[in-house]
Amino acid sequence: MHDLAAITALGGSEPRVDTVADVTCAEVPGVALASVAARSGQEAKAQKALAKLIGVKTPDIGRFAGDPVSAFWTGPDQWMVEAPFDSHEGLAQQVKDAIGDAASVTEQTDAWTRFDLNGGRVLAVLELLCPLDVRKMAEGDAARAAIHHLGCFVLCRSPGSFSVYGPRSSAGSLHHAIVTAMKSTL
Amino acid sequence: MTQVNRLSGGLIDRNSTLNFRFDNRNYTAHPGDTLASALLANDVRLIGRSFKYHRPRGVLTAGSEEPNGIVELRAGNRKEPNTRATTAEVYEGLDAQSQNRWPSLKFDALAINDRFSNFLTAGFYYKTFMWPAVFWEKLYEPIIRKAAGLGSLSMEDDPDEYDKGFLHCDLLIIGAGPAGLMAALTAGRTGSDVILADEDFALGGRLNSESFSLGDDSASDWAAATVAELSALPNVRLMPRTTVIGAFDHGIYGAVERTGDHVATLPVGKPRQILWRTYTKRALLCAGATERPIAFENNDRPGIMLASAMRTYANRFATTAAQRVAIFTNNDDGHRTASDLRAKGVKIAAVIDVRDDAPINYEFEVLKGAQVVDTKGRLGLTFVEVALADGSRRILECGALGVSGGWNPNVHLTCHHRGRPVWNDDLAAFAPGDDLPPGMTVAGAANGTLSTHGALQSGAESAAIALDLKGALPDLPKAEDAPINQTPFWYLKGCARAWLDQQNDVTVKDVKLSHQEGFRSVEHLKRYTTLGMATDQGKTSNMAGLAIMAELAGKSIPETGTTIFRPPYTPVPIGTFAGRMKGQDFHPTRLTPSHYWAKERGAVFVEVGNWLRAQWFPLPGETHWRESVDREVRQTRASVGVCDCTTLGKIDVQGTDAAAFLNKVYCNGFAKLAIGKTRYGLMLREDGMAMDDGTAARLAEDHFVVTTTTANAVNVYRHMEFVRQCLFPDMDVQLISTTEAWAQYAVAGPNSRKLLQKIVDPEFDISNDAFPFMGCGSITVCGGLRARLFRISFSGELAFEIAVPSRYGDALMRRLMQDGEEFDVVPYGTEALGVMRIEKGHAAGNELNGTTSALNLGMGRMVSKKKDSIGSTLSEREGLNEPDALMMVGIKPVNADDKITAGAHLMDASGPVDAKHDQGYVTSAAFSPSLDCHIGLAFLKNGGARQGERMRLVSPLTDVNVEVEIVSAHFVDPEGERLRA
Repeated sequence: MHDLAAITALGGSEPRVDTVADVTCAEVPGVALASVAARSGQEAKAQKALAKLIGVKTPDIGRFAGDPVSAFWTGPDQWMVEAPFDSHEGLAQQVKDAIGDAASVTEQTDAWTRFDLNGGRVLAVLELLCPLDVRKMAEGDAARAAIHHLGCFVLCRSPGSFSVYGPRSSAGSLHHAIVTAMKSTL
Repeated sequence: MTQVNRLSGGLIDRNSTLNFRFDNRNYTAHPGDTLASALLANDVRLIGRSFKYHRPRGVLTAGSEEPNGIVELRAGNRKEPNTRATTAEVYEGLDAQSQNRWPSLKFDALAINDRFSNFLTAGFYYKTFMWPAVFWEKLYEPIIRKAAGLGSLSMEDDPDEYDKGFLHCDLLIIGAGPAGLMAALTAGRTGSDVILADEDFALGGRLNSESFSLGDDSASDWAAATVAELSALPNVRLMPRTTVIGAFDHGIYGAVERTGDHVATLPVGKPRQILWRTYTKRALLCAGATERPIAFENNDRPGIMLASAMRTYANRFATTAAQRVAIFTNNDDGHRTASDLRAKGVKIAAVIDVRDDAPINYEFEVLKGAQVVDTKGRLGLTFVEVALADGSRRILECGALGVSGGWNPNVHLTCHHRGRPVWNDDLAAFAPGDDLPPGMTVAGAANGTLSTHGALQSGAESAAIALDLKGALPDLPKAEDAPINQTPFWYLKGCARAWLDQQNDVTVKDVKLSHQEGFRSVEHLKRYTTLGMATDQGKTSNMAGLAIMAELAGKSIPETGTTIFRPPYTPVPIGTFAGRMKGQDFHPTRLTPSHYWAKERGAVFVEVGNWLRAQWFPLPGETHWRESVDREVRQTRASVGVCDCTTLGKIDVQGTDAAAFLNKVYCNGFAKLAIGKTRYGLMLREDGMAMDDGTAARLAEDHFVVTTTTANAVNVYRHMEFVRQCLFPDMDVQLISTTEAWAQYAVAGPNSRKLLQKIVDPEFDISNDAFPFMGCGSITVCGGLRARLFRISFSGELAFEIAVPSRYGDALMRRLMQDGEEFDVVPYGTEALGVMRIEKGHAAGNELNGTTSALNLGMGRMVSKKKDSIGSTLSEREGLNEPDALMMVGIKPVNADDKITAGAHLMDASGPVDAKHDQGYVTSAAFSPSLDCHIGLAFLKNGGARQGERMRLVSPLTDVNVEVEIVSAHFVDPEGERLRA
């Protein structure tokens, strides 16, 4: 076991939590990510292997599925696999072992920062942040969106509960944009 | 002062009184008042001075089309010039100032301009201030700018916040008058997602301005009840104070919501305005119509206003501009104003109707076939002079005159995709054409349906059609359905000064002059006379200007055409367009994994794209950046230094065709690169010029990691995706960026291996034999953390780059510093990095500047002839391969104390110094601590053959003239022994 201490994307030893009125923005460092891109001609095989890994049918366009290992759609025959960090720090290797040569797998854990937004008026916050029709997003929906000029993913965990993935190096800017929107509208 | 002109009734809240100031005097108002209505209630008719002649002006309208009643709101850094008093809501403590006057509104010294009006006609500036040319910028323009114009800026930063947001709906209804409200009811009751936006703070449009009934209710009560029903529907979003400013592509409408303009102070963090990008499947324009004035002699005195505005002030705001008023009209609508005002107790001097067959009314005198020919009253209307049908004259005493010349549909948004309105003879006005923005329909008065019943019906029907609704429409309340009979009457013939565009002081005469001087296109008319420019964009003046122009040209109005309507519909503060993207938030910032550690060390940061990178790490006692940088270079070359190079782009390339793919994007060969090896690579653009350089490390048969320069990381990734998806879609290759995923540090210097051996887990042998120069591999560090190690060197020293998952980057940097203490380890920044790469002769962004080829960079032979790669063919172009082509060289001053300046040009040792004799230029320069003098990299004609030559380095603009010697670009360790050690 190595002895290097991790910091969160916002630079803390503990994840940051901000609450404005009834909405909470929580930094979520405890997630491992691996990208999966099916290789040419191996699409069906890759889908099948991924479905087995996440325990459900491979998510369709704009959707995510699976628990505790889940995947969200990121492009044609491409997905991002999510899993709890503590149990899956080596996720990329685990996914590669499961899928083999049917897909290219890349560790993406620390390429992203995740903020979970929860609360009654979370839609009003998201309305100031991203062009998605968030009021129409249902549980299991996942979409790309630009937030504060940053390429992000927005996942609807349940009505009133969203995850936003953005580039880790810009975590501070993304967090600032989210909290500013919360203070603006709530 | 008491509100002497306050009438009974209205939609104001008399239970509450608001205090406000105008031109430093205190007044009172009620909630529901606009600044204009409150001033009129307080018997203030004079509100501003005109643009050019500084003539006294009052309000003309009761809405956003107002040309005259423009004021400065608030004070200090929140001051906002050119705000319409007719839309500004009064709040407790509102502070407003008139503008464009000196020293005071009542006595304005520049009103002298009015005396010289004969000289100040259209085109005056163009004709007068032509000579001498140099006077324009220094003398004429400052004087004109001071004399003419509208409000003044605070010259301070706006402290308020603005937001941007995104809305989605099935139907966007623009305007909440009778058509808009009925459309919203129709659509809302079916469960469709509806947004109903209106620029007013009270929804209802003209229903709030009229005295008639809708069904059993007053018009305003019906509007309020309808709004109440709509607000209870979860699928309907009511947006008062929201102006839809433009129709853009793909069903997107811009809407500005004024969330904070009506309150004295905004809570911290709350926006003053929000710019909503609204995505809608269908849009229904219910923007109503604007009454048009009539131009006659001195028709601009305070107290002269649109008759419909007078009715709005009376019915909605319970105020009148004067206790005795006259009406000048060419249609029945003017009579309605007279009736309503009379019902409120205002005396009607007379209704002057140009029509011989005007209806008679037993409540007030109607002068049929009569015209207002002149007015009196210096600071406010006192008398109007009327020419009666029999040719006689009559003077009427009145403090206000309502003018009604008919109505123009508000077609603006229908034209935002360059559609043209069409002339409607029945209306004698332009109505929406057929080429509307896709998805838009128009209802109510905006579509030329000017009766209330017609508006209600067309609103309901249009909503049903837009959303393809089946079933019965909601019941319509019984409403007035008067036939519309508009006969054009634009201006009185023979006037000396009849005002068309009151905001820009354009008279009928100016339009005639413009025509006389050859400006025949309406666009030219607009620019020559300024008709229809500025904050009101000619909403009350364009039509009359067109009509006069058509008359002069002997054409019809539709033949004459209109000017183009462009967004925004009404003025928008620049801050609203900027939103939160200002100052530090203008763009996102990227922080490196060692950022927090570097900040603790007191690093000086530099912006590189969005990244903040440590530039150098000053130590106590160091007073100049060079001291820090020189120390970092010396210490690295003497022992070991560490630099955060995470910012370099990292692209994961996988797939069975990964090697073949890289063979295409790099000009040099990659197919045979062994697993566990890294290779320097150069990418060319399609045109053969160098695009970017970097390395590709082969981690497996089907897996590479490509690095790019920091600046080009995004461009290279985009380029590679283009190549993958468009040029070679059959290749099995997958790309993804991993720039952020890994914290990567360069560990450079003779002791770099010893330092790394302390953290790399012992099962990995990183000796020179086991891990030679250009080696790479996956390893573990610090007891099992997955990591990647690359033996590559930018500094020219024995060097490695080590990468760990980003979250551990901070800890790894601290560990390297701690474990490196015994080696006197030094962190170095981008300056030292740059110095060392110049000493080593490595090209970077300064050299890969888009104008250089592989040949120029001394890498011509890298472009493989054994394979086809992007840019390789065009790199062989004639002209890129001339014998005297620029080649990268090193330069040193002959006198060691002389400085090399980047950007300076190389000239032969003797001969002229001019562009014709230019031999090349310096791209990078630095003081080299290793050589103890300045050095530089330069592109020199036939540079490869000119080593040892003495030349002059010149920059005539900055007085540089230094004797230099051409040397190898590899100043340090030219044989490469250190990096292979």
